[in-house]
Amino acid sequence: MRKLIKRYKFAILLVLIELIIVAIYPSVGKKSLDITWSSTLEMLAVLPPIFILLGLLDVWIERETMIKLMGEKSGFKGIALAFFLGSAAAGPLYAAFPVAGVLLKKGSKFSNVLIFVGAWSTTKIPLLLFEATAMGWEFMALRFLIDIPGIALIAYLTEKLLNEKDKQYIYDNALA
Amino acid sequence: MTEGGTSLFTIILYIIAMGLLFFSFLKNKQKTKMALEKAWKSFENILPQFLSILIIIGIMLALLNPEMISGLVGRQSGWSGIVIASVIGSITLIPGFVAFPLAAALLKSGAGLMQLAVFISTLMMVGVVTIPVEIKYFGKKVAILRNGLAFVFSYIVAIVMGVALK
Repeated sequence: MRKLIKRYKFAILLVLIELIIVAIYPSVGKKSLDITWSSTLEMLAVLPPIFILLGLLDVWIERETMIKLMGEKSGFKGIALAFFLGSAAAGPLYAAFPVAGVLLKKGSKFSNVLIFVGAWSTTKIPLLLFEATAMGWEFMALRFLIDIPGIALIAYLTEKLLNEKDKQYIYDNALA
Repeated sequence: MTEGGTSLFTIILYIIAMGLLFFSFLKNKQKTKMALEKAWKSFENILPQFLSILIIIGIMLALLNPEMISGLVGRQSGWSGIVIASVIGSITLIPGFVAFPLAAALLKSGAGLMQLAVFISTLMMVGVVTIPVEIKYFGKKVAILRNGLAFVFSYIVAIVMGVALK
């Protein structure tokens, strides 16, 4: 119980803040509760398949297979697969990180995992369709075209700026 | 298109996940049980951070309304508008099906294209609120580097789009 409270203490603190806002500014407070509630429903609707796929990936895909597909020597194929997996996703960016953790654990190259996260954040297919209807095809297509090299570049630079120790720490963390 | 676009993909994702789960169950019950346990453990492991994010989203979006954003990122707002748009985009976390109609409405009410491009780009790529989750998996250095580079990159996106779509 104590451990549970410790883990959730920040969330509990935030709930208290939200309730204080409700008490002092009822209209803003009520709006914030409504938004939190609808975001929660949205999260609960989209997360189960993501975590089930994460579990299946962890149990069924051998480390050797993943290294071949997205590991150090996977080359262009690994990059393309990372882009595809990220773009085919649904759900908020914060759900990408647990999946990224499993990809790391299975031996994916770090820059490929970053490409996966980058694609998840910005070139998700459902979002692109949505963007096109809201902002026009031209806007969507141009942003998409700039984003592809941008995501790759961010992934490449981030990996370059890490030393071996940083990377080892991340991989060890994923295995723990 | 309304929310349907996003939820259609969610449905497809459900069908894929359930199909694979069923297939996994036929092949090996024990492994399937392990996979589900793993799924739950991973979810529970990150749940405190997820809950915090949900509450922060609620408070933030209740305070920031579209009129306010519109006033800050108008066509005449220039570089200061771009900077403000990028900061709002970085710290807020708005789901796509809310963000794009909002951006479209802002465009109609006179927001600048570059301001909107940097807003959308930072909104999607930079996540200040979700940094604790990112740190948990990637460590501090990567989280800061990735978000920092994505922030800078969003300005490049805005400039290219501003020039190309004039």
